[in-house]
Amino acid sequence: MERIFLDHASVTPVDARVLRFAEPYLAGGYGNPSSLHSVGLEARRAIEDARVNVADLINAEKEKTILFTSGATEANNLAIKGAALRNVGKGKKVVSSAIEHMSVLNPMKDLQKSEFELTTVPVDSSGIIDLEKLEDSLTRETTVTSIMFANNEIGTIEPIREISEIVHEKGLYLHVDATAAAGRIPIDVQADGIDLLTLSSNDMYGPQGAGALYVKTGVRIQPILPGGGQERGLRSGTENIFAIAGMGEAARIAREEMGAESARLSEMRDNLIEEILKIEETYLTGHRTKRLPHHASFRFSHIEGESILLLMDAHGIQVSTGSACSSKTLEPSHVLLAIGLKHEEAHGSMVLTLGRSNTVEQVPRVVDAVNEMVDKLRKISSLGKE
Amino acid sequence: MAQQIGYSKKVMEHFMNPKNVGTMDDPDGHGKVGNPVCGDLMEIFIKVKDDKIEDIRFQTFGCGSAIATSSMVSEMAKGMRLDEAMKITRNDVADELDGLPPVKMHCSNLAADALHEAIKDYKRKKGEIVEEEKKPAGHTCEHNHNHCDTC
Repeated sequence: MERIFLDHASVTPVDARVLRFAEPYLAGGYGNPSSLHSVGLEARRAIEDARVNVADLINAEKEKTILFTSGATEANNLAIKGAALRNVGKGKKVVSSAIEHMSVLNPMKDLQKSEFELTTVPVDSSGIIDLEKLEDSLTRETTVTSIMFANNEIGTIEPIREISEIVHEKGLYLHVDATAAAGRIPIDVQADGIDLLTLSSNDMYGPQGAGALYVKTGVRIQPILPGGGQERGLRSGTENIFAIAGMGEAARIAREEMGAESARLSEMRDNLIEEILKIEETYLTGHRTKRLPHHASFRFSHIEGESILLLMDAHGIQVSTGSACSSKTLEPSHVLLAIGLKHEEAHGSMVLTLGRSNTVEQVPRVVDAVNEMVDKLRKISSLGKE
Repeated sequence: MAQQIGYSKKVMEHFMNPKNVGTMDDPDGHGKVGNPVCGDLMEIFIKVKDDKIEDIRFQTFGCGSAIATSSMVSEMAKGMRLDEAMKITRNDVADELDGLPPVKMHCSNLAADALHEAIKDYKRKKGEIVEEEKKPAGHTCEHNHNHCDTC
């Protein structure tokens, strides 16, 4: 049975071209980029080339605005804690949204322990940030406002330019977690008015172990990992050359192919949405049109997400769910609760995220499998029988 | 996938091909436990003849282990004397399935409880006085559900 991987929001497989490009930096015994000898300089060059490619992907004004980290989690922590602590003289207020990733929400909660005041802005039923509430939550003492570019669980794309205008009326910096969006939709940090932006290598077909934080020229942050002073003193530690070189190549490919790939995937996405919504008591989660091109997410009444995932897997199709039963905390997804779903509704969610390996020929098999799965689980289910 | 979650082969067999799925028009006993808010709701229907469970059906909303334990308990109880069936514990069901992941032991292993409720319902209908069971010993919650019956 051909495997159909539809969980690209959890990880994107390393692109073969990326692996070919970066592999010599792992196998070839390249040196420490901080060394001044020729071997070190070659490693340095690999990192600087990657920096240019990552900067180009988001139209950063200069390549030196890009700091490499170990991944998006570290980049989010560095942006939020690094900017909040560096600018504590201006105030101790931070703002976030109810649908941010845990790697944004948890550093925010950490700041609360240091007597920062956190305001969490709600979203509407399609996952769009409440702009009025955002405006109300901002004060002259607000240093960091963190709103994601697009949500990984429901695919909704936030109105970042409007958000930027609102944030900069009173607040200091806007941080944007672009992990789910980067490489899939155009990002222009200058036109969008973004001060800090998080990117992840393994969410755009690069290797695990690299991420990046864009720090706009003039934006002041402090390191959260002090040490030997790499990455302009803001992120110490010997660079992961293999992962960074791979991330650079992944960014280059993403930028080059984004237009065609997004068009291809969004057609498949729309196909899937149209067909799957024909199933009774099935609903789309997230926004219908302001939506990532590779993202189709649903909830089905009367059935549960872990069962959905296991049955789809038995069909050779890998999906994800926001059900409590598949999470480490046994709580349903905070994103699904934030868009107003009840617990029992959030349990029946299924997320399909398309990627480079998927083809339009796979769509009918996926639709058939979803139909069969829903039918089977509803026959077993104790709900919806009255 | 299944290995990641930690489901045994037997759990997957019962999940993929559950036995005794369905309802009964006129059951002698009916038990219902769980809460859809928590993600699990199980119902068991029994037909009783000569103090034995002659037929059994279940309906379950829930995760893989919720469905597998329902199927397993229905297989175990079918043909069994009522007093014996009352002795089937959650652990017995888990053991028959070659174990469940620790996190699933509490929330998705309610099938034995549903069976006991069905038997008690039968006894009540016959006019017998039914003793309420104690909550399972050693019940611990790794999470804070304020809406969970067993927490």
